[in-house]
Amino acid sequence: MTMPRFAAGDDPGASFPDLLRKLGIDPFPAAALRGEIGRIDSLRGTDTVIPHATTCLALTYDGGVVMAGDRRATMGNLISTRSVEKVVPADDLSGVAIAGTAGLAMEMIKLFQLQLEYYEKVEGQSLSLEGKANQLSMMVRSNMPAAMQGLSVVPLFAGFDPLVGRGRLWDFDITGGRYEERDFVAIGSGSTLASTVLRVGWRTNITREAAVELAARALWEASDADIATGGPDILRGIYPIVASIDSAGWNRVGDDALAAIFDTIMREVRSR
Amino acid sequence: MSMPFYVSPEQMMKDRADYARKGIARGRALVALQTPSCIVIVAENPSTTLRKVSEIYDRIAFAGVGKYNEFDQLRVAGVRAAELRGYHYSRNDVDARSLANQYAQVLGEVFSTSGPKPLEVELLVAEVGDAPEHDRLFHILYDGTLLDEKRFCALGGDAEGITKRLESTYRDDLELATAIKVAVAALSGPDRNVAAADLEVATLARNGRRRSFARITDDAVTAALR
Repeated sequence: MTMPRFAAGDDPGASFPDLLRKLGIDPFPAAALRGEIGRIDSLRGTDTVIPHATTCLALTYDGGVVMAGDRRATMGNLISTRSVEKVVPADDLSGVAIAGTAGLAMEMIKLFQLQLEYYEKVEGQSLSLEGKANQLSMMVRSNMPAAMQGLSVVPLFAGFDPLVGRGRLWDFDITGGRYEERDFVAIGSGSTLASTVLRVGWRTNITREAAVELAARALWEASDADIATGGPDILRGIYPIVASIDSAGWNRVGDDALAAIFDTIMREVRSR
Repeated sequence: MSMPFYVSPEQMMKDRADYARKGIARGRALVALQTPSCIVIVAENPSTTLRKVSEIYDRIAFAGVGKYNEFDQLRVAGVRAAELRGYHYSRNDVDARSLANQYAQVLGEVFSTSGPKPLEVELLVAEVGDAPEHDRLFHILYDGTLLDEKRFCALGGDAEGITKRLESTYRDDLELATAIKVAVAALSGPDRNVAAADLEVATLARNGRRRSFARITDDAVTAALR
């Protein structure tokens, strides 16, 4: 591999996807597969089943945001993975969660994380939180041809914005539409269930502890009624990912703390 | 038809080397020191926005002396090369040696074949390891000469004088604050004082975190120099 150098007018700047394109590498190859999957399916007479990831949510609290996601990836009626990490830090002050086609989503997250760090290094300063949300929106839009064939990726982006001193969150649609939500949002197959719990339980300026508990409760209810959303897997000790982001950055809630919260929820359910 | 004057290859290389050396000597110098806790890079740089020292990858830093626009372009090329490698393979597969070789190739090519003039830069590619013996300090000259340095390394105008001073003051058990002091004393020499505001200090910390690069604030540098 030789060092990539460009003439002044040909420089791809601080965009890593543009750099890849300049070098003849398509960062969103699935988008170029127009109709291929449908064609394969019609040849085989089956539906190609591709792993999907499911419920993720985010809510604001006093000083930041809490993000959470279950750990299950499904392939049709089967569980393909029990320990997927759908919620990951994007950089020091933000996180990203995904629902949709797992393979493409993981690749998009990798490219997004890389792009934020790449921009920071090339430009010598970080993008604003809004700029990061915008970058993600462009990546989702690049994937739209794939999304039109059912390979959609829908992310959730949240973080602490030092310019306004509070947590902010965005959800996206498959066309790259970017919507800033004020209080909370949930995405994926269990999102209606989870957002009902959030809608009922969310209060202005709740504490981090209360926000973490509410997130766990929302995931519990989603997994209780949606088969594609995984609940706490006590047998294997796999718990959902719940993390808060505030001015000090990403802080993942430990499994022990989550086990205690889910224990309380289960005790409540038993005594109903 | 005009007859071009004959210039012997020796003379041409010598002229080019003199040109590059003069350009580099006009700028201010920088030093890098290995310490038990980190690699510390100290540059004389009055600007707080045009950086001489910067992050390339998780454990790799870049520093340049000479013409800013030239070494900054090389810095960005290095970030690109490293990120592409990490994207294609894995973050663990990105190393300073390969990057230094690529820089040497670019500088050597511009110096001897392409381009109307050689690049007036000298580069440092530093990589921190889990122990000082696994650190790498690659010093790349304007003509593509690649030097693998140990303990410390000086780049830029008066690098010889600085190296001489460091030889008597450097120890391999320096703490960060003392290392900064030693570096600044070597950079400034006996007749001059350099204020913290005119210094750019950064470290590659041996702390096991993924991104080891950190800048040291002016206040912390002032405290170290006291």
